[in-house]
Amino acid sequence: MIRVEGVTHAYADRTVLRDLTVDLAERRIGVVGANGSGKSTFARLLNGLVVPDTGTVSVDGLDTRRDGAAVRRRVGFVFADPDAQVVMPTVAEDVAFSLRRQQLPRADVSQRVSAVLQRFGLADHADHPSHLLSGGQKQLLALASVLVTEPQVLVCDEPTTLLDLRNARGVGALVDELPQQVVLVTHHLDLLDRWDRVLVMDDGRVVHDGTPADAVAAYRALMGGVG
Amino acid sequence: MTGLFRPGTSALHRCGAGTKLLLLAALTTAVVALRTPVAVGAGALLVAGAYALARYGLRTAAAQVWPLRWVVVALVPFQWWTAGWQAAVVVVGTLVVTVAAAGLVTLTTRVSEMLDVLELALSPMRRIGVSTERVALVLALAIRAVPVLATTYGQARDARRARGLERSPRALLVPLVIRTVRHADRLGEALVARGVDD
Repeated sequence: MIRVEGVTHAYADRTVLRDLTVDLAERRIGVVGANGSGKSTFARLLNGLVVPDTGTVSVDGLDTRRDGAAVRRRVGFVFADPDAQVVMPTVAEDVAFSLRRQQLPRADVSQRVSAVLQRFGLADHADHPSHLLSGGQKQLLALASVLVTEPQVLVCDEPTTLLDLRNARGVGALVDELPQQVVLVTHHLDLLDRWDRVLVMDDGRVVHDGTPADAVAAYRALMGGVG
Repeated sequence: MTGLFRPGTSALHRCGAGTKLLLLAALTTAVVALRTPVAVGAGALLVAGAYALARYGLRTAAAQVWPLRWVVVALVPFQWWTAGWQAAVVVVGTLVVTVAAAGLVTLTTRVSEMLDVLELALSPMRRIGVSTERVALVLALAIRAVPVLATTYGQARDARRARGLERSPRALLVPLVIRTVRHADRLGEALVARGVDD
């Protein structure tokens, strides 16, 4: 379980999270909010990319401030822009890069890379240059590169923002089927239809916390009835 | 290196990256040291044979040296005029043969295999505190940065054109630098998220 307790965080003199306390135990948790509402910083708290100025964040009892490396092994993170996340020149090499620190035998690495590429429909692109993939394929590669390490939790920060509707739904469906606990920050509200819980953020606070239908209605009301 | 590798099953593809790099170093050293048209010709035959062994045709070989065309066009008459036809053959031939050979190594070797060799070659430096893994990572990031920067440059150039500022270097360089720094920032964050610094 992820526990966020009394977290306040600021970038220089701009406070982005204000005394936030929330427990995340459900398998599927969505986070919505306007640009600048603090949801990306909130997501970054969950695997220790951002350490809060005050308060604590823990994952299964591991404090992100004290046990950052252990937390990151448990919590995978997918960013909005896969170009900034893909490190190696070819698809298979990028997935294998995630396993580099585990120092597995070469055959094991190869087997795990093949399996995850197969699962994400990228097996035919294993030796392709990663920069020549389509936007949707790049995001699938980013997901595959994170999931090959088998994290217990996946945090996705707007993974569909740069994708068209078809690719966004494809990525959303894949995320939906994962066995891991998933925290999804998104502007694509339809991806959250069947999720367990949705948080609505505004000005660094959680202003609504409930079922997808209620939360999306609250978010729309907050946005002045847009959409 | 930015994606020139082509998977295959030839003997050259199966050959280790270290062996290929050693052979490339030996060929380059021999051709440069001997400095004769015969040596260049022998080198060219060897490289042509290696392309055939890897099952690549003339078109693929030509594509590796095509970026040299303007250098060749400039060097041949200059060398011929200043030092004779033999010097022209040796200088230009050495350049073409070694670039073609390096291109073949790239075509048949994954970047990750090259990085493994680099890490191995640098391993004695671990004794003086050099992180060979980090050096290899930096090289990988540099290779990966080439297409990213090319895309960023293209976007900044198009944006400049769309604003009717084709002649303004500032309209190109400022967004290019800002986007590049932002990309580096995001990449750093992604590397931390992937546990590189742990």
